[in-house]
Amino acid sequence: MEPKTLFDKVWDAHVVEKIEGGPSVFYIDKHLIHEVTSPQAFSGLEARGMKVFRPENTIATPDHNIPTENQHLTIKDELSRKQVETLTANCEKNNITLYGLNHPYNGIVHVVGPELGHTQPGMTLVCGDSHTSTHGAFGAVAFGIGTSEVEMVLATQCILQPKPKKMRITIDGQLQKGVTAKDLTLYVIAQLGTGGATGYFVEYAGSAVRALSMEGRMTVCNMSIEMGARGGMIAPDQTTFDYVEGREFAPKGEDWTKALAKWKELKTDEGAKFDKEYTYKASDIEPMLTYGTNPGMGIGVSGSIPTAKDVDPTELPTFKKSLDYMGFGLGDKLLGKKVDYVFVGSCTNGRIEDLRILAAAVKGKKKADSVTAWIVPGSKQVEKQAIEEGLVEILEEAGFKMRQPGCSACLAMNDDKIPAGKYSVSTSNRNFEGRQGPGARTMLASPLTAAAAAITGVVSDPRELF
Amino acid sequence: MPIDKFTTLESTYVPLPVENVDTDQIIPARFLKATSREGFGENLFRDWRYTSDGKENPDFVLNKSEYSGEILVGGKNFGSGSSREHAAWAIHDYGFKVVVSSFFADIFQNNALNNGVLPVMVSPEFLAKIFDAVEKNKEQKIVVDLEKQSISLNGESESFAINPYKKNCLLNGFDDIDFLLARKEKIEAFEANN
Repeated sequence: MEPKTLFDKVWDAHVVEKIEGGPSVFYIDKHLIHEVTSPQAFSGLEARGMKVFRPENTIATPDHNIPTENQHLTIKDELSRKQVETLTANCEKNNITLYGLNHPYNGIVHVVGPELGHTQPGMTLVCGDSHTSTHGAFGAVAFGIGTSEVEMVLATQCILQPKPKKMRITIDGQLQKGVTAKDLTLYVIAQLGTGGATGYFVEYAGSAVRALSMEGRMTVCNMSIEMGARGGMIAPDQTTFDYVEGREFAPKGEDWTKALAKWKELKTDEGAKFDKEYTYKASDIEPMLTYGTNPGMGIGVSGSIPTAKDVDPTELPTFKKSLDYMGFGLGDKLLGKKVDYVFVGSCTNGRIEDLRILAAAVKGKKKADSVTAWIVPGSKQVEKQAIEEGLVEILEEAGFKMRQPGCSACLAMNDDKIPAGKYSVSTSNRNFEGRQGPGARTMLASPLTAAAAAITGVVSDPRELF
Repeated sequence: MPIDKFTTLESTYVPLPVENVDTDQIIPARFLKATSREGFGENLFRDWRYTSDGKENPDFVLNKSEYSGEILVGGKNFGSGSSREHAAWAIHDYGFKVVVSSFFADIFQNNALNNGVLPVMVSPEFLAKIFDAVEKNKEQKIVVDLEKQSISLNGESESFAINPYKKNCLLNGFDDIDFLLARKEKIEAFEANN
């Protein structure tokens, strides 16, 4: 038998029908929905006089557009409230499980799925959100879709998809002290550029990836879309199985034994072919920060912004426009640049491990008075665990306040907006113009680098501080 | 949702020679609060089109009356970032039927096709010619022929790729859901076997 990649194995097992000269009818095991990209899909379904085909395979949670303070009160913003209410009504009408606001399982859709055991190896999983690639950390084929495709899944549990090409990114060796999964992913994206993996599905491999925790692997897979990839995945191993076992919706008893036997087969066969391969050394990676307005514009904390001679001349106008927006100059160093806001949260870095890293770093220190810090847990479960582990207490002593769960300042749909012209060191996934609020200037970084900025009030090297 | 049929289009065009135009620029998140598909065109390129006090930014191409047409031409890697279909809705709602670039992000490309907006990928050289031509003549037109899969500028043509299934959908105004619904039995059989 021809050797197959991990991606081939999961993809091929879900093709209902291959259409000649076209995409495949592709079966979806798990569908996650939220309030922003689903209402038009439900109304489309309704216009056809249809109900949801397999309501038990869809899970809903509002996250993008909810306040992160006073969640027990009615949502003030009328349009936001209507969106959340519409999600509730659509779920009730169609018998879809909803983890609504104030539900103990509410949270960011990509934090909730894994922590409850909904996300499992070998699955296909989609959501109307590009960071659905997060779930690939479990060896699932998971990717973001548009609202028309959300409607297709609701109507038929399938979408039409051409099979992407395959890429493997191998990172071998050991990450330096103070270098995290976030730095690893920002490094890879800086190498490939923001469109460098467009058209591909990525498998991350190598000893540095294997050594990551599940949270770290989720951070890496989460950011796959930021280099244009359809998704990213990591072969499941003991780390994966230990994480999944015992979670509420994970298989139990005999089902667990059976599932485990199947999951252990989910790896790329020796000799399987990829359309593209890249290999990097973990030891080359520094704590990373972005300096521009797409996630590919990243450098090591000790480095400098490229100068004109380092940039493709045809792209120089866009490059300069980006630096103008950021208020940075060609060749500038980031170290020592003023930081006004620090945001720790999002589906990239809003998990318990991220809060543990933050708390351990700031313990016994004080936040700089000039910095406004927003710490936003990824879910109610993360919030609860952070309280139980004493992390919130440590954070409060250091001058930080934890808000309530949600997507928050990652995309600034709610009131959590960074003011125009202000600098934010953010653990989220996008530094696009206006992403964190109109005029906001975002530098993406790890929770540890964010902690360093919060303590010193300027861009700092976490390796020298903690 | 049934999509508009597309066969050929001859139109003047709007140049946006910026690389990596992400969907947050096409429509910022704070304008995604609607529960219907209509009206997003108003906020297309909101933060480039309007200043922070809500006035039209005279330097932005959509506010320059000399540029118009049903074709938007963008720089490399158009539509990157968020999967929000609202970006395709905003482009469609504003009145564009074709987006030309030398490279498209995957999800945006799917979303555009699902809404009857045709993404046309051309070579970087051809893209440069398109940008140059409109600076010389604002009345310059492009012809896009879906059946022939060709795009022409001043008598010079390039062919573009499109999945044959999607081409058929656009030519006939078919949508994917009808196609999938016709396969319900196969889907149920797949479920029974897995």
